[in-house]
Amino acid sequence: MRHIISILLENEAGALSRVAGLFSARGYNITSLTVAATEDPSLSRMTLVTSGSDQVIEQITKQLNKLIEVVKLIDLTEGKHVERELMLIKVAVAEPSVRDEVKRLVDIFRGNVIDVTATAYTIELTGPSDKLEAFIAALADVKILETVRSGVSGIARGGKSLHI
Amino acid sequence: MELSGADILCRSLAEEGVKYLFGYPGGAVLHIYDAIYKQDKVEHILVRHEQAATHAADGYARSTGKTGVVLVTSGPGATNAVTGIATAYMDSIPMVVITGQVPTNMIGNDAFQEVDSVGITRPCVKHNFLVKDVRDLAETIKKAFHIASTGRPGPVLIDIPKDVTADKTEYHYPESVDIRSYHPVSKGHPRQIKHAVEMMLEAKRPVLYTGGGVVLDNASHYLIELAQKLNIPVTNTLMGLGAYPATERQFLGMLGMHGTYEANMSMHHTDLLIAIGARFDDRVTGNIEKFCPDARIIHVDVDPASISKNVSVDVPIVGTVSNVLKEMLLLLKELEQPAEQKEALVEWWKQIDEWRAMDCLKFTQGDEVIKPQYVVQKLWEITQGDAFVTSDVGQHQMFAAQYYKFDKPRRWINSGGLGTMGFGLPAAMGVQLAHPDETVACITGEGSIQMNIQELSTCLQYSLPIKVISLNNRYLGMVRQWQEFFYQSRYSMSYMDALPDFSALAESYGHVGMRIEKPADVEGALIEAMALKDRLVFMDFVTDQTENVYPMIPAGAGLNEMILV
Repeated sequence: MRHIISILLENEAGALSRVAGLFSARGYNITSLTVAATEDPSLSRMTLVTSGSDQVIEQITKQLNKLIEVVKLIDLTEGKHVERELMLIKVAVAEPSVRDEVKRLVDIFRGNVIDVTATAYTIELTGPSDKLEAFIAALADVKILETVRSGVSGIARGGKSLHI
Repeated sequence: MELSGADILCRSLAEEGVKYLFGYPGGAVLHIYDAIYKQDKVEHILVRHEQAATHAADGYARSTGKTGVVLVTSGPGATNAVTGIATAYMDSIPMVVITGQVPTNMIGNDAFQEVDSVGITRPCVKHNFLVKDVRDLAETIKKAFHIASTGRPGPVLIDIPKDVTADKTEYHYPESVDIRSYHPVSKGHPRQIKHAVEMMLEAKRPVLYTGGGVVLDNASHYLIELAQKLNIPVTNTLMGLGAYPATERQFLGMLGMHGTYEANMSMHHTDLLIAIGARFDDRVTGNIEKFCPDARIIHVDVDPASISKNVSVDVPIVGTVSNVLKEMLLLLKELEQPAEQKEALVEWWKQIDEWRAMDCLKFTQGDEVIKPQYVVQKLWEITQGDAFVTSDVGQHQMFAAQYYKFDKPRRWINSGGLGTMGFGLPAAMGVQLAHPDETVACITGEGSIQMNIQELSTCLQYSLPIKVISLNNRYLGMVRQWQEFFYQSRYSMSYMDALPDFSALAESYGHVGMRIEKPADVEGALIEAMALKDRLVFMDFVTDQTENVYPMIPAGAGLNEMILV
């Protein structure tokens, strides 16, 4: 099953490679990983999407907690949460009919065209990962030139928060 | 007063009560070696290879419970130390390793003797640090010792660039440190402990399966009290030997791949497995699917990640072994052991005694060839079971574990998790330095000893009267055994050809060498060697080439499916 693990870790050189190294050394999956500093510059927030049986996920959270630089973590998928991912996608739109079709799709998916040339549109789209995938599927015959995804960021719903 | 980084390091180590620093100099640590020269609080022991420095510090730590300390230079100094760091990591040994590094302005430039020591060691340390500013040095050292020795212990590496050891700052060694992300649990959960105790009083066929955690936490006396109060049989892992007295009635011997018949059969038939400071290693469980089919499992461990990793357990208790056992004993003071259980245990012991009667460790010593088991047994008799015994890795290690009956913890020093050949001799140096008046024996083989034989020179320099017991069968015995069993006796590369004359070799290093070829000479030679109190004696025992370690659980089999002979 897919899990989103959200981690507060010390904003120090090497902390990221400790997490990445743990996953490769123990053979755990990483679907996506994003990390950046928080409002407290001494802390980074990492969102990690992984998959595995309950037993594997339990081991992953325990092993992460063992890393000295991991301050706190939660498995967001255990409760109600919101997840978002940003995608920048560049498509070929030399034909006017394709241009119209792409613009319509972008509107339906509530994205934005953020760069336009005679031959290509660059589209910005935000949402849960499955929405981004649905958009890619909807493009069907449109030629995709480039796809850039940020990986998932997640946060718990309601007043609950991950802080120290 | 302002001090250089090198002086701060020496002063900090002295503050931590470090007596011995095991190391080897080089370019990046020259400032540090100069500072060592000018002080007399910490004694530096010069090894002949950095791997040996880590093993010696490791042996020191295992035999004393104190943190072992290592100092090596950058680049090859650090890479040579990696095997010893990984060895300590696998067996949860507290160790602080200081590596020199190229100056900060050259890091990343492929400078001479540069290697990313923090990167290379990351997967095999509990934590590591790169100190980029001399003002952080003292606090980092404090943190390193704190992390290495608390929770589940382990090695911590501090990488110090050369310029940082020359830079000066105000010296202040912190009294304590608080690391906001590091607070290991020490007290077990009271409700879980109560639940565990209730289960212990209900079980009909309980077994205590205990590991290195009991030794590391100095909890042996609690284990003995618990086991004897409830009359529960005890088996120890390879790492746990000595935590329960081996000559005591309730001890079943070691369990696992080369464990005793009674220990493994008891595991297979138990209805309550009480695992304490053990981690369900694959060499212990055999085939996980067939492991303890009838048992509910209680697992006490200081490391939450060790619980339900390989085997899912019914009652997990996270806490230090001594705290949890102390709480259990307190609860048991108020509870009466039910008569039913006492009766059930009589039956259980009857069954265990039947398994014991198989006498699975019996062997016959003839007149012609020396049996390796016989040498270990005689060593045990002659040293009255009271020696510190280090070992290397292979058949001799298993014979040592099976035939030297350890009655006290911290006497059996071996590389259990990583299985590092070359560990025994340097580890024995650390043990002997920590216990100058005790007998320290290194049980080894002609394969393992050659992996760090250069340390015979260190032993001479520091007058370490180690007794090296080499069981020389002219084979990499354990490899040969597996090839015999599972590769139709195709002995690929397991034959040790072109061996030196070990006795002469030891003599050339300034020690006493002996070569023993006949069974009748074994006892006399051991007595003679032990009498040479102030000399290292290298005893080259020419042993049976075809001897195998039994019992043995082949890969994929359950604990009840042992090969007995």
